[in-house]
Amino acid sequence: MSAATSFTLQVNGRTQSVTVAPETPLLYALRNDLGLVAAKYGCGAEQCGACAVLVNGDKAFSCTLTVAEAAGKAITTLEGLGTPEAPHPLQKAFEAEQAVQCGYCTSGIIVAAKALLDANPDPDLPAIRLALQDHLCRCGTHSRVFRAIRRAAREMKTGEMRP
Amino acid sequence: MTDAPEKKKLAPKLPGSLSVDARIDSWLSIDAGETVTLKTGKTEFGQGIKTAIAQIGADELDISLARVRVQEADSDLTVDEKLTAGSESVQQSGVAMRYAAAQARQILLEKAAAHLGLAVEDLTVEDGLVSSRSTNRQVSYWQLMAGQAFNAEVTGDVVPRSPESRRLAGQNVPRLDIPAKLSGGRAFIQDMELPGLLHGRVLHPPAYKTELVKFDAAAIKAMPGVVAVVQDGRFLGVVATREDQAVRAWEVMRETTEWRELPSLPNEDNLADWLVSQESSDWLIDGGNPIDGPIPDIAEPAGAAKTLEAIYTRPYLMHAPIGPSCAIARWDGDKLTVWEQSQGVFPLQAALSCAFAMPAENIHCIHAEGAGVYGHSGSDDAAMDAAMLARALPGRPVRLQWMREDEHRWEPYGSAMVIGLQASVDAGAKLLDWNCDVWTNAHAGRPRAKMDSAGFVAAWHREKSLPAPKPADNQGKHGGGHRGATPLYDLPAMRIVKHLVKPHPIRVSSLRALGTFGNVFAQESFLDEMAHAAGQDPVAFRLAHLKDARARAVIEKAAAMAGWNPASWGKGYGQGLAFHRYKNNKCFVAVAVEAHVDEAKGTIAIPRAWIACDAGEVINPDGAANQLEGGFLQAMSWTLKEAVRFDAARITSVDWESYPILSFAEAPEIEVGFVARPNDPPLGVGEGTAGPTPGAIGNAVFNAIGVRLRELPLTPERVRKMIVAARRA
Repeated sequence: MSAATSFTLQVNGRTQSVTVAPETPLLYALRNDLGLVAAKYGCGAEQCGACAVLVNGDKAFSCTLTVAEAAGKAITTLEGLGTPEAPHPLQKAFEAEQAVQCGYCTSGIIVAAKALLDANPDPDLPAIRLALQDHLCRCGTHSRVFRAIRRAAREMKTGEMRP
Repeated sequence: MTDAPEKKKLAPKLPGSLSVDARIDSWLSIDAGETVTLKTGKTEFGQGIKTAIAQIGADELDISLARVRVQEADSDLTVDEKLTAGSESVQQSGVAMRYAAAQARQILLEKAAAHLGLAVEDLTVEDGLVSSRSTNRQVSYWQLMAGQAFNAEVTGDVVPRSPESRRLAGQNVPRLDIPAKLSGGRAFIQDMELPGLLHGRVLHPPAYKTELVKFDAAAIKAMPGVVAVVQDGRFLGVVATREDQAVRAWEVMRETTEWRELPSLPNEDNLADWLVSQESSDWLIDGGNPIDGPIPDIAEPAGAAKTLEAIYTRPYLMHAPIGPSCAIARWDGDKLTVWEQSQGVFPLQAALSCAFAMPAENIHCIHAEGAGVYGHSGSDDAAMDAAMLARALPGRPVRLQWMREDEHRWEPYGSAMVIGLQASVDAGAKLLDWNCDVWTNAHAGRPRAKMDSAGFVAAWHREKSLPAPKPADNQGKHGGGHRGATPLYDLPAMRIVKHLVKPHPIRVSSLRALGTFGNVFAQESFLDEMAHAAGQDPVAFRLAHLKDARARAVIEKAAAMAGWNPASWGKGYGQGLAFHRYKNNKCFVAVAVEAHVDEAKGTIAIPRAWIACDAGEVINPDGAANQLEGGFLQAMSWTLKEAVRFDAARITSVDWESYPILSFAEAPEIEVGFVARPNDPPLGVGEGTAGPTPGAIGNAVFNAIGVRLRELPLTPERVRKMIVAARRA
């Protein structure tokens, strides 16, 4: 393990520094140094998606991406999308559809949906399925997640059309 | 002549968990700050029990949900409601809350009447504010109680609200736990903050039977951030300042520690043969109960026009939570505090007390939500592991989370099963008998209060090792391996036998619905086999053998929702339906699916599914639907994808590649419909779909391609083999 080094992270629009070993997975810096706990440890092997965040707008797995690799890039976590008081349309839609059971996988799924809607504002069901192919849910909220993402897409479209 | 002994006046049996504790103060308190705390001994893991309790309590107390705080299971603060399991929470805790809150409201009204000098009949309540109808005088619950206790018991005489006058119970109230989960709130035990928190990991042996050959504690102790290395026999753990340091230390331990592994597992390719050829204890199941006595031979019924027999199998299955098990422990002198995610704070407290040979009252177990558990997963083990690690650092809280491999390899699985069936129909397409032989390992194995054994992995591995308890199944009515084995259908003769296979080479315990998944897969598939043999439509055949109106209603509803149409079947497309009433006393569920089967590839696609349910009074219809959908998708995953793999020594399913589960690409769109019965008692739904789902899928496949699949899981490779074998026969 290399010596602890100072890195500058841009997370949810804020610039913060952390002092960790360079090979530290971003996940632990987010959760334990920056107090951003939405991303979760699930497998440590890019198989379940619970740790997903956006890096320069693309989905990335924070359980394997190191702090050294993430430094200087624009990182977005679920916390960066919205708050309970001012939720992002995706958070609103997941609430409206109650598309959660235990919720451990939910953060990663919403982040993946954000990346999808940014690239394709009107995804059909196959496109949604494809975007979630590297995410797992054990409680079985899949069909609600489909509904929630379609609802968010509709609302974001309507929102854009408003003057 | 002596007087006849005075008849002892028996108190009416109080409903739900009030039979454990009837004191109102055990269930709720009127707090300062104009809030109310509702207390449940049950635990939330995403199934929505907190919200259901809040709906029920707020309704009876006439307060808004915004004033409610729900206190979940805590061994210092809540009633001992044992485990949160068996789809019992609303019936036990919810019903208790309903009566406790109704009685509390009555007492509050009486206090208000005395306070205002008015009659109770003159008073109304809105959101905790008691008002007079005839005057403008008012007093609130909080003014009346000012932090006082009720010091009264529930008598059961106060009648709760009628279904029509409930404002919250019966409504789609959004779940209280969801907003934090959608915004990065500290919703999980994995996120909990405590002053001075340290991070631990435990290195488990690679196989059940191992000897430790080499472990270099000093090298691990020298790693960055490591504050303690804990070795006790084969229990190896590390505690570090930072979580990533603990993980790195775990990785190095895993690379450098040497074990000798001893073969102890059967051949996974012949698991069914292995199960039926082992020594077993055999029980006749009568009315759902295992009874002692000779096992009768199968009697051939008179008048049989057709007799079929078939053998169905299910493999060992995982709970496989997405978040590996986690717990936090702290020792303060001889006192232990554990924040944990198990299904029961009191059973865990009792089991820890035995494992550490210390008084239970010195252990405080506090439930904190983790990822979904679906039965007895690694949660209890994590609590024990955390306590083992924290012992090395008195006064410091240590959070332990299992790594993915720990969870996959060491959780207690759901048992493999073989189900043999034989039945006959007469010339009029009526079933004459039903014979079912179930071979299974136990479906129970939770940690218990025992001094000579322990249900914790860590206790097995310590220097002063405690053995695993002798495997014993749940022998209660519709219990472990025989759960789901007794059909609800009207059958003139039934012979149900449980063969509890004695050797238990693989760690097993309670997985959602226990034996139901295997038994009802076999039962509902075989019922279709009988229907086809008798030349009957499977839905009509079911209805012809069911007088129970509630059972009939859900079958008819599911068939209608699915647009049941046998004429549409064939050429790779089919519909399938299956029915079950969980434990023969919980909710009635019929599941219908449509399947597209690609024979050449062996793939089964399920684009749509329909669930019809009668759960009596439903407290939160959308929450119940979520549970039914979730149970369906999990059972669909078990059916199509899952089997615990192993070689002679090791479990080889150690991650999501070696133990695949249902993906988003494969998940259907689901529609849930309830048969509304608000005047009937609530019936748990959490396990309602686990039984009918596999049968509905198997039946749809048969209706699509005419091949009966009897061995789970229905992976493409296995389906191709079964199709080839069926076509050859």
